Amino acid sequence: MVEMPLIDREKCNGCGLCIRVCYCQALVLVDNVVTVIETEECGWCTQCEAVCPTNAISCPFEIVIEEE
Amino acid sequence: MAVQVELLKSIAYFSGLPLTELALLKNFIFVKTADKGGIVLFEGEPAEVLYFVVSGVVKVFKTSADGKEQTLYFIRPDESFNDVSVLVSGRNMASAGALVPAVLYGIRKDDLEAVIRDYPQVARNVIRVLSQKVERLVSLVEDLSFRHVAGRVAKILLEYTGDGVGQKPRLTQQEMAAIAGTAREMIGRALKVMEEEGTVRLERQRIVIMDKEALKEMAGVAT
Repeated sequence: MVEMPLIDREKCNGCGLCIRVCYCQALVLVDNVVTVIETEECGWCTQCEAVCPTNAISCPFEIVIEEE
Repeated sequence: MAVQVELLKSIAYFSGLPLTELALLKNFIFVKTADKGGIVLFEGEPAEVLYFVVSGVVKVFKTSADGKEQTLYFIRPDESFNDVSVLVSGRNMASAGALVPAVLYGIRKDDLEAVIRDYPQVARNVIRVLSQKVERLVSLVEDLSFRHVAGRVAKILLEYTGDGVGQKPRLTQQEMAAIAGTAREMIGRALKVMEEEGTVRLERQRIVIMDKEALKEMAGVAT
């Protein structure tokens, strides 16, 4: 199972900007709300989060120290 | 594709204007489409057109002498770009390219000047739009001059370092921006610079700190 960007359905206004910016077609509009399709192609580029006007998409990062 | 009066209504430059006036203003405006990645403006060229984004997203960016690109803003529907260049400087102060296929409305410099002269409401709107842009730039200046963003990002990375078993919250770039008191674009830029310097490595869902000492120094934390 591939973890994907998180969508806050309450915040999504269905504008579709994230769908158009996504290079791996991982996002689709269902009933005017963005829905994620799981794909290993998603490289966590965070462009969907960057263009979302309502902050409905989250691409969280874990911060770790490089192991020796 | 024709200019639609309905769409003009939601653009800040034309807010508060009656439909009859918008119908007249429509004659000054033209439609431009841009494919994904298509360049709309080149930095340094004569500033001839002010654009409004109708659909899509446009990235306004500057390119350094060594070819590095710096994103300044993302321009979303109903927002404008190239305002200052058209109204003041005469040259495009930055380049602009479509991040996704975009539909833009454009107005030529001469036409814009005539509209501002003939429609006082537009003149008031322009003042408001430019004031908001100044406000945004002042906060950018604050970021750049008073508190170096990279230093604050470094501090956040050190504070939120986990051991990979999830005891520390994961952070989005939006959240890092909120913590650092800056724009999300600044976080992306700072992380990119850190990656180029070899301080961190960006992986899918992970920011790996490769040089903790360098990060501490950047953050102004005593080692």
